[in-house]
Amino acid sequence: MSTAIKRGRRVMPLVALVSAGVLAMTACSGDGGGGAAGSGTFTYLGQNENTTIVDTLKTLSGDQCKTENAAAKLTPDAIPGTTWDQQLQLLAGQGGLSNFSMAAGTPSLMKQFIEGDQVKDLSTELKDLDLEDKILPAAASTIKALHGTDDLYALPTEFNIEGFWFNKKMLEDNGITPPETWDELVDAAATFQAAGIQPFSASGEQGWPITRLVGNYLFRELGPDALQKVADGDAKLTDPEYVKAADEVAKLGSAGYFGDAPTSIDYDTSINLFLTGKAAFLYMGSWAITAFNDEAQNQIGVDNVGFVPFPDVEGGKGSSDQVPANVGIPTMFASNGFTDDTKAWLGCIVENYGDTVLKDNGVVSGFQIDNPPADLPATTKLVQDVIAKAPSSVLWFEALMSAQATTVSQSNGGGLANGSITGEQFMKLVQDANQG
Amino acid sequence: MNKVLGDRRAIFLLLGPALLVYTVVMLVPIFWSMGYTVFDGNALTGFTFVGLDNFAKFFGDPTALSATWFTIRYAIILTVLQVGFGYLLALLYTFRIKRASSLIRTIFFFPVVLPTVGVGLLFQKLFEAAPTTGPVNGFLNFLGAPSVDWFGYADSSFWVVILLDLWRSMGFYAILLYAGLVDIPEELLESARIDGASGWKLVRSIVLPLSLPVLLSSLIFSINGTLKVFDTIVALTNGGPGNTTTPLTLYMFQTSFSYGEYGYGSTIAMMLTILCLLVTLLIFRSTRRDLTKG
Repeated sequence: MSTAIKRGRRVMPLVALVSAGVLAMTACSGDGGGGAAGSGTFTYLGQNENTTIVDTLKTLSGDQCKTENAAAKLTPDAIPGTTWDQQLQLLAGQGGLSNFSMAAGTPSLMKQFIEGDQVKDLSTELKDLDLEDKILPAAASTIKALHGTDDLYALPTEFNIEGFWFNKKMLEDNGITPPETWDELVDAAATFQAAGIQPFSASGEQGWPITRLVGNYLFRELGPDALQKVADGDAKLTDPEYVKAADEVAKLGSAGYFGDAPTSIDYDTSINLFLTGKAAFLYMGSWAITAFNDEAQNQIGVDNVGFVPFPDVEGGKGSSDQVPANVGIPTMFASNGFTDDTKAWLGCIVENYGDTVLKDNGVVSGFQIDNPPADLPATTKLVQDVIAKAPSSVLWFEALMSAQATTVSQSNGGGLANGSITGEQFMKLVQDANQG
Repeated sequence: MNKVLGDRRAIFLLLGPALLVYTVVMLVPIFWSMGYTVFDGNALTGFTFVGLDNFAKFFGDPTALSATWFTIRYAIILTVLQVGFGYLLALLYTFRIKRASSLIRTIFFFPVVLPTVGVGLLFQKLFEAAPTTGPVNGFLNFLGAPSVDWFGYADSSFWVVILLDLWRSMGFYAILLYAGLVDIPEELLESARIDGASGWKLVRSIVLPLSLPVLLSSLIFSINGTLKVFDTIVALTNGGPGNTTTPLTLYMFQTSFSYGEYGYGSTIAMMLTILCLLVTLLIFRSTRRDLTKG
């Protein structure tokens, strides 16, 4: 008995230590929302805010991709978009990226994934599957330009154009024609302001709807390679011709054209202000047509929404038919765990995603459409027309910048909108962050 | 008891688990993070040894210097205000509203238990300028003044953040200081009153010196808490407009996890730790003489 007690006493500290260790390990562990691919599953990780992709995948898994789903069951998961890049970075660092996921929001992080062989080169795989033609050339070139690669590393689950959406009735009532030049746009804004109508609805809280104007002004004035020159180090944002673009936008802010407190306006509110007839113009991407087509949200009427490309700057090297385009947040395949089953899923998605998402959600993707629905809303048709007619596209202001410069730019966009910072101050902040 | 504490195995058994957890959860990450300060990179790109380059970068980085200045300014102003108002409330509890003080204490302590994100949203709505007018701007409009875009400008954002944290924390410091004040012997106060001391004189000559140790603790709690402010600012302004309300903690978080610069992020964390240590030492040193006399 006493021997047993002695042995027990000796063992107890060890048991306590092991228990504490296990407790600590348990505390440190966690799912984290990601998780590497397992055999027999096809894992997908998306953002909570985006339900279109996951819904489309679910539809495909029960229909066109039934066979692929039987071999590797679709296992979706989602995390908040606000910490998206941080989570992806951590997962990639642990080799834990899902088979298929939304890509990094910042192109510079995608470049790190590509350089670190974390994501699959889809050009090779699509060539192998004989599906290269299923990606629209314009969408493929946009993604390649974003990532600075000759090969494709993400799928264009969205393909958006951007420009000014306007309230047709408001323009007509105030004797304004859709502006074709920057000066006309500024004049129109002044007319609206004088009439007691807020000219522009924009989210200063998000910042990017304001910085997009700076970037587009640069493309129109200095040409479509204006920001590539900055990325290559051949020009600086603090050069006078670049500062002028930010100054032009700051002037709109100082004049109060974005409303009384644009930094308090979030994304949904900015859409809502436009769709309830409280502002004349909205600079936005074509992803917003889902809201435009929603009668509950759109109180001004679908037929009352017009679109005009970002206008020309007189004497500028760029042109308004170089439409600002983006692929939203595209989707990528992880290199780790890319099996034959995953490849089969890739083939099925590329073949069927475009038709399904257009039919079910009215979303224009960068995939070739085989069976266009007969009853597309007018706004969706308009976007398709613009994409079809555009000879080339341009990226957005921060597309080629570092993650830090992107944050600095967008967090200071609101300052331009309320006139609290000058164009020069804005450009210096972004240039410094881009160099750092 | 002496027998138990004299047994090495017993000490090991009692302290071992706690020490192990503390080591794994606290010490290892701290030393790990210190190690990162001499490296550049992240888990994706790999790490490169850069010596003290990250520290040199810190002193040449305008954003880091602006975050440091914001942190110091915020910590000093908020510490003075929250400990000052907390002390005034504690005096009120002790000397003026003795009987009803439990109700008042509860009311003032209530914001302490509220979740930060909730309080952040509450203040966002209170000071809202658009698309709807919040109560504060509504009151200004009622007085005939125009609405103020509180979160659109650096100065106004700063003071709203200060106000939020003051509202949240002064109840806590009031309770902390109240605990110190009730410890002052009633006989001592009574004899001082008989000697003619009352009001400000009583506070200055008797109450303040006797409550100095707890006041000192409050100052150290406050300055360290405010230097490390994070959640309030993320919930209310997220460091904006621009980076004008970005403290070192938020900049460290962005640098490490948004920009993927673990080494530089760890360096910012190290600089913040050094700042906390220096300030704490400064407070200790400046009060040491008084304490020994007391």
